[in-house]
Amino acid sequence: MQRLRAKLAPYFLILPGGLWLAIFFIIPTVTMLSFSLMTGNEADGYQLTWHFQNYTDALSTYWPQFLRSLEYGAAATILGIALSYPIAYWIAFKGGKRKSTYLFLVLLPFFVSFVLRTISWQFFLSDNGLLLSPLKSMGLVSQDFHILQTTVAVVLGLTYNYLPFIVLPLYVALERVDPRVVEASSDLYAGRIATFTKVIFPLSLPGVFAGVIMNFVPAASDYVNAEILGGPNNTMIGSIIQDQALHVRDYPTATALSTVLMGGLLVGIFLYARALGTEDVLEAAAR
Amino acid sequence: MTDTLPAIELVGIVKSFTSHGEIVQAVKGVDMKIAEGEFFSMLGPSGCGKTTTMRMIAGFDEPTAGEVYLHGNNVTGVPPNKRDVNMVFQSYALFPHMSVFENIAFGLNRKGIAKDEVTRRVGEMLDIVDLGGREKRKPKELSGGQQQRVALARALVNKPRALLLDEPLAALDLKLRQAMQVELKRIQREVGITFVFVTHDQGEALTMSDRIAVMSNGVVEQLGTPREIYERPATKFVAGFIGTSNLLSGTVSEVIDGHAVIAYGPEERVLVAVQNGQVIAGSEVELTVRPEKMELSANAPHGTDCAVRGTVTEVVYLGTSTNYNVRTSSGADVVVFTQNATSADDLAVRGDSIWLSWEPRHSYAIGAPS
Repeated sequence: MQRLRAKLAPYFLILPGGLWLAIFFIIPTVTMLSFSLMTGNEADGYQLTWHFQNYTDALSTYWPQFLRSLEYGAAATILGIALSYPIAYWIAFKGGKRKSTYLFLVLLPFFVSFVLRTISWQFFLSDNGLLLSPLKSMGLVSQDFHILQTTVAVVLGLTYNYLPFIVLPLYVALERVDPRVVEASSDLYAGRIATFTKVIFPLSLPGVFAGVIMNFVPAASDYVNAEILGGPNNTMIGSIIQDQALHVRDYPTATALSTVLMGGLLVGIFLYARALGTEDVLEAAAR
Repeated sequence: MTDTLPAIELVGIVKSFTSHGEIVQAVKGVDMKIAEGEFFSMLGPSGCGKTTTMRMIAGFDEPTAGEVYLHGNNVTGVPPNKRDVNMVFQSYALFPHMSVFENIAFGLNRKGIAKDEVTRRVGEMLDIVDLGGREKRKPKELSGGQQQRVALARALVNKPRALLLDEPLAALDLKLRQAMQVELKRIQREVGITFVFVTHDQGEALTMSDRIAVMSNGVVEQLGTPREIYERPATKFVAGFIGTSNLLSGTVSEVIDGHAVIAYGPEERVLVAVQNGQVIAGSEVELTVRPEKMELSANAPHGTDCAVRGTVTEVVYLGTSTNYNVRTSSGADVVVFTQNATSADDLAVRGDSIWLSWEPRHSYAIGAPS
């Protein structure tokens, strides 16, 4: 009896974690995968018929949206890195005692609903909104110039919404740069620029790697920004999935699209980690 | 350029910081001249201002007042990358993303030195610090001692006017530290560069240095050769900080022939050399005697001018030597080290009444006489 209990103890110990994983990860994933291979409709119910055509149909219909999502995600990530690096750098090296205040300010927009924040950008970017009406009245842009319902609006929205996801890992990486290493660089005849390019930037790369993943994945699968800020030509794959699942109620197509998106992103991350050296990315993710 | 110019000269260096709204003076007027090719140590407890002083030589901190000269050139206000000194950091501060080779080549590359010369000089340096064959390793793949040598090579390869070392051995274990002390001394002789060494370890400073500046509370307490500092501590602080010192005090009964005589009792008296006219009968003096200069005997010694009575309070047998704690008749607690050259039967035991004696040239008056 004692022996048995000792043998079973480890299994009891992993039970809470195991249950958590089963309920929130394994069951939903398996459900999603099985739905993607079903046929039928909402009224008659769905049968698992191993209908792999769901995938080929979905891909051949929606590949432009897939491609667009990857492009928008990439654009938002590049823009995001360019914007967050100075912010993170400034907080890490010049923040002084107020570092936590500044980080809190970076996170502050998260206290407002994601959708509301995006809608406020709609107002901001609209044809007679805060940004364009002064420019138009000054004659700097033509009267029929507009940003809303263009690619620019969607990419700007994506960049804005996911900015903190890059700022935070970048900040952590920069904060960890030993100030004595920076001093050593200047002691060894490096000026400010050389110290940045040869020492600080290379040491912050793990943060850049982590930021790219944390930004690109949600940005590429976003379904809000394209809906609110984009036009009919800016539809991203997230919106299609949402539409198929909630409005058309074609669950097999929706889940097939989701699976492709998930698989594609996973393969992408894997290749990315491989290319950069797994250790660096895992190290960055572990921070 | 003449050779008489000091490698480093500090003139009236003051450094104050603001901490919690209060101004704190970390360095309070330091003047020193460090000669070309010298192994110079700044020794003191933490917070004495030695590291701050070194950082001002390197250019990481600027003095609040005073000037820094390198080979006669005033470099006050010149950024560190434009000063011809290099530093070895306490934590080594190696570039973690670069190989050993890239770390060592960093300074040469910044100076725009031709590639094959960089390769040659780095190779030479790797030989000097005994790291040949490890140039492709990353710093984290090296042991503490090896990292230390990379840090040294990275600084020395630039052939700086002076090398600044900030407690470079503090992170090493005792055995490695002792080996590195010898190694550092060898390297310094080999390259002939001025070394400025900051340490809180008096043993380290005594073994390695040509000259030592003992610092405390932002001022230089004494500057001299290891022998001078050990044998003739100028202040109470130096006497206490370097080695073990016995402190005696008393009232001068008379001054004869440049020596103040302190009489404690019948046959108990101590002589100490004083400057003429500075000490008169009746004034209080403090003096130090090193523990190994004192001799312990059961009976009143003959023919010595310094002798006091005491009671043994503790005996610590250490194999080659024995340490005795003795309370003198005047109430001072002193320590005596004796070599165990003769038979162990001669050892005094706790509670014994004994005599302590030494030669007058081994007692030093310290501080300003009152």
